[in-house]
Amino acid sequence: MAGVADDVPGGPLAELAGEPLPPAYRWLRTAGWGVARVFSILALAVAWEVAARSGAFTPYMLPSLSAVLERIWTDLIHGELLLNTGVTLYRALTGFLIGAVVGIVLGMAISRNALANWFFDPIISVGFPMPKIAFLPVVILWLGVYDLSKITMISVEAIFPVVTATIIGIRGVERELLWSARNMGAGERELLWQIALPAALPQIITGLQVALPIALIVAIVTEMFMGGYGLGGAMNTASRFADSRGVFAGIVEIAVVGYALVKIMSLVRRRLLLWHQEAVAPSTV
Amino acid sequence: MREATASRPAVFRFHLLGVPPMKAALLRYLPLLLLALAWEVGARTGLVSTLALPPLSTVAAAWIELLKDGELITNGAASLWRAGAGLFLSIVIGAALGIVMAWWRPVNVLLSPLVEMFYPMPKSALIPVTVLWLGFGNGSKILLIFLGCMLPVTLGAFNGARSSEQVLVWSARSMGANRLRMLWDVVVPSAMPELLNGIRTALALSFILLVSSELIAAREGLGYLIGFLGASGTYDAMFAVVLTVALLGFIADRIYLVLMQRMLRWQA
Repeated sequence: MAGVADDVPGGPLAELAGEPLPPAYRWLRTAGWGVARVFSILALAVAWEVAARSGAFTPYMLPSLSAVLERIWTDLIHGELLLNTGVTLYRALTGFLIGAVVGIVLGMAISRNALANWFFDPIISVGFPMPKIAFLPVVILWLGVYDLSKITMISVEAIFPVVTATIIGIRGVERELLWSARNMGAGERELLWQIALPAALPQIITGLQVALPIALIVAIVTEMFMGGYGLGGAMNTASRFADSRGVFAGIVEIAVVGYALVKIMSLVRRRLLLWHQEAVAPSTV
Repeated sequence: MREATASRPAVFRFHLLGVPPMKAALLRYLPLLLLALAWEVGARTGLVSTLALPPLSTVAAAWIELLKDGELITNGAASLWRAGAGLFLSIVIGAALGIVMAWWRPVNVLLSPLVEMFYPMPKSALIPVTVLWLGFGNGSKILLIFLGCMLPVTLGAFNGARSSEQVLVWSARSMGANRLRMLWDVVVPSAMPELLNGIRTALALSFILLVSSELIAAREGLGYLIGFLGASGTYDAMFAVVLTVALLGFIADRIYLVLMQRMLRWQA
């Protein structure tokens, strides 16, 4: 997909218009862009360190990056980091998986069954845009302050994007596919599992890719609200004790976990959709 | 990219079956009424403890009470101001950033690694820091919502602007448009659909972040009110505020959807 981003002096379009560049120069330029990518992250890290050490901010407002990294290292050695990360991941992923399974099954039911469609459609169209996190105190009232309430809250938030994506995906399946399968003698069940579901898979995975970060956001919020173990709980404790290094360490840890999960999810997508034509298209940011 | 805007799942079209529109709407939303009825009956008959689930009628009475003594208005105004200000900043700055990133390669090269790094970060992690910097008041909420909602807008604007058709860019250029004119007349309009979708994501996110941050660290606002009422055990009032917040999120989304459709009317 040629875009405006390329339509600048030195962009690929310039090559198309003028004479081709010598390969050595081209290689150099690619390497240059690569350096630039690492550069901006490094620049941010250096800016953080310099700003913190310059004395413009108190160490309470902005602890230096090195101090924060040191703190993360201590957490790692004492095993707290692994424990908290494990607990948070367990909650987020369990909630996400429950939400994914329920969401896909519900989405299939809604797109195949008129009664399910009639009953669930208004609930989903009203429930999707609602900030369901507002129900957190209600969920705590019903299910307590331990894992059950957290995982419930996470899966409730995760269900909605998955259901909607599943419905859209199944509805968008090409009719020719369904017709020819039916023509070859496929029953309703085979039609759903072997034709509609695989054909809807790209959309469904997109829904899962929306739900996963939400699951993590909600996991962190529930942990912050209730305290205890987990990355959110640790940040909660740190901020109660005005331990700003702990707070910043928590942000870095949570950011790394979020980044890793999103990357893994896009790898899963690529793996599951190897057969799909989107596998050849370059991915966006 | 258009499929995302037209993505509402098809509904049971009673009005196509010759059912009058009022009745059709009623039939369509009947499941919600049934749920409300089940709530009321379940709580009244003692099937569910009224402590865990006060009857809907009691919740409605508590809502009116909250409205009368002004609690709902003052806290609601505080919440809406925070969400509105944060969202406004994130839309203006996020959209400008995304379009500049798509338009000017050096900016793209410098910023896209940062966007890629921060986009998947669970934004709720920023709640304690914004409190640490700006305290329990409006500032920390607005900063949180701004930071949390900016990247979806940026990404929408970036993807939209990048996908503006090359032919349009070329023909604009051949007709003598300078770069700035082209940006305004070609790139920005073609970025619109994706940008507006990004803003819709940001809108939903702003409510989540607002309520979360007010639940965790605030002295006013609807989220604070929910936590306060829950802690003091007045569950009927708590349910009233929870439903209010949920309804506000829903209404905001519907209003936005109407605006969005109006803005995209020029599209075939």
